[in-house]
Amino acid sequence: MGQQVFAYIIHKDGVADDTALELIAAAGKLDTDASVTAVIAGAGSELDSVCNEVASFFDEVWKIDNPALAYVTAEVLRPLLVRILPKHGIVLVPHDHFGMDLAPGLSIKINAAYLPDVVDFEGIDNGKLKAVREEYTGQVSTHVLSDISQGAVITVRPGSFKADERKSGDGLVIDKTAQAIESGLLVGAHRFLEIIEAQVGEVDITKSDILVSVGRGIEDQDNMEMIFELAEAMAGDVSCSRPIVDAKWLEKSRQVGTSGQTVKPKVYMALGISGAFQHVGGLKGSPFVIAINKNPRAPIFQVADVGIVGDILDFIPELTERINELKSA
Amino acid sequence: MEILVCVKRVPDPSENEIEVNKDGTDIEGDDLVYSVNEWDNYAVEEAIRIRDKVGGSVTVVSVGDEEAEEVVRREMAMGADKGILLSDDAFEGSDGKGIASILTAQVKKENYDLILTGALADDGAAQVGGMLAAMLDWPFASLVNFIEILDDKKIKVGREIAGGNQEMYEMDLPCVLSIQTGINEPRYVSIRGIRKVASLEIPVHTAGDLGISPESVGEAGANTKCLDYFVPELGDGARILEGSTDEIIDNLIELLKAKGGIK
Ligand SMILES: Cc1cc2nc3c(=O)[nH]c(=O)nc-3n(C[C@H](O)[C@H](O)[C@H](O)COP(=O)(O)OP(=O)(O)OC[C@H]3O[C@@H](n4cnc5c(N)ncnc54)[C@H](O)[C@@H]3O)c2cc1C
Ligand SMILES: Nc1ncnc2c1ncn2[C@@H]1O[C@H](COP(=O)(O)O)[C@@H](O)[C@H]1O
Repeated sequence: MGQQVFAYIIHKDGVADDTALELIAAAGKLDTDASVTAVIAGAGSELDSVCNEVASFFDEVWKIDNPALAYVTAEVLRPLLVRILPKHGIVLVPHDHFGMDLAPGLSIKINAAYLPDVVDFEGIDNGKLKAVREEYTGQVSTHVLSDISQGAVITVRPGSFKADERKSGDGLVIDKTAQAIESGLLVGAHRFLEIIEAQVGEVDITKSDILVSVGRGIEDQDNMEMIFELAEAMAGDVSCSRPIVDAKWLEKSRQVGTSGQTVKPKVYMALGISGAFQHVGGLKGSPFVIAINKNPRAPIFQVADVGIVGDILDFIPELTERINELKSA
Repeated sequence: MEILVCVKRVPDPSENEIEVNKDGTDIEGDDLVYSVNEWDNYAVEEAIRIRDKVGGSVTVVSVGDEEAEEVVRREMAMGADKGILLSDDAFEGSDGKGIASILTAQVKKENYDLILTGALADDGAAQVGGMLAAMLDWPFASLVNFIEILDDKKIKVGREIAGGNQEMYEMDLPCVLSIQTGINEPRYVSIRGIRKVASLEIPVHTAGDLGISPESVGEAGANTKCLDYFVPELGDGARILEGSTDEIIDNLIELLKAKGGIK
């Protein structure tokens, strides 16, 4: 292919994000011969420790070092990347809250193709890349064909490519700061103020062994009672998907997912939850997952161990009653 | 404040089981129930609240065929002041960049202070807002779950990031924000509200009106094309419990006991 491949590295507290290794795997699947350059922005010693860490598995590392990048924001970073990226380069970025902020605009500014939220690559033919994406929160997948011969920005779904442990060794760290910042930093129109930490709620679902988790399939706030009754019968806690929090039926601290909590229970009951990747992304430590959903094609059945196709509004009260009978017997 | 909100008509995910059609070229189109993209409802609600606080007007715009008019009208029933439909045969098959460039042409015709989009739509791309901002050279923030108007040049914005934490920014106007669900509780649209806007004229702008050359958008201008649709087979999938409700519950209770789900 002959196009240079770049991976944008997210990091925190001097440590590279898990997606760093996943992007190498993704780059390898994109083009097996590609030499992959990591691009890392940050400041001072924290940046240096990420660069050293990442150099042990990338061929080359480009760093942009400036105090204004101690907390990297997409708006400040984008024009810097535009200055250092070569024509026709291919840039891989994790499809998370940072990638969604950075990448669409970057593709416009470097006049490259844009492929969002890719879960797999199936080869390049004649400058055209075949990739796999999902639509309708994972209910269907699609093959897309994109002309990447003039360059591309591709966001890669976290967790879709298995982190590549192969260490290729001696990545050279190249300081690109001067080139990136040559005509100054653009901080004017967009000023970072602070991070407001998520509030701690009445229950800490990250510590629960049994989670009875409810999604939009519960349909009505009045039905929430049955979820609490089942959780009580099972001696578990109630968690939920995002729409339940958006509707203010439960507090944010009970939300499982990428923008909520990461949980590691032993048993996870997904009730009326479709299984969007942002939700399932909050499940760690391979719990035993039981999904109840009236749609046999719901993506949650792909990640569940046991599935029941049915109406939770009928099923839950019966299940609760039977568990309670069992316990009093 | 002049606010533009971009809205898309999509198959309603809570009303449909999305299936692939026989030859895998598209999703099954019969019996699909359409509605306004979930995220866009939050954006329109937020725009209405801002207008009610600081004055100005809210315009809703959609790129689509004549059926997209129904979602524009619905959002006007919510309380938007104006609606615009951007529609032309040449727009059909546009990719994200095509949609963003059509919207850019509309923005350049008027003076808007603030543009809101949804964070993402049915294709899950989350691309149009960021592209639109880049084409306009305006500042952008995605996944916005808080907006406070400071004065007619500055706003304070919160972005939702991992773990439910929030990144706070001050931004200059004009800017583009993509709105995350949960920023507010969108109001219901009453039958009366719909009746009130039923006869309002919704102007339609074509490629010609917008000064867009037809081959730069639509299928002709699209760099990314969908080849086919399919249902993925990931791993083994769940073991589906079958039988009568009683049998299923017996089965489930045994499994729960074994896995520590019942103590
Ligand atoms: C940046 C970003 C971050 C996000 N972060 C999160 C996150 O942290 N956590 C999260 O959960 N989501 C998150 N989301 C949202 C996510 O994409 C999905 O929209 C959400 O998870 C869907 O929730 P759900 O499954 O409850 O609802 P839906 O997708 O609407 O699914 C409802 C399901 O219930 C089934 N159902 C309906 N009625 C019944 C019934 N009576 N009986 C049985 N089944 C029934 C339906 O078949 C459907 O499968 C995020 C989105 C974005 C863009
Ligand atoms: N056809 C369209 N017309 C108007 N706005 C759109 C259209 N498609 C996408 N958008 C806007 O862009 C947002 C993100 O969509 P997407 O980038 O397709 O995920 C949506 O929530 C809308 O606000």
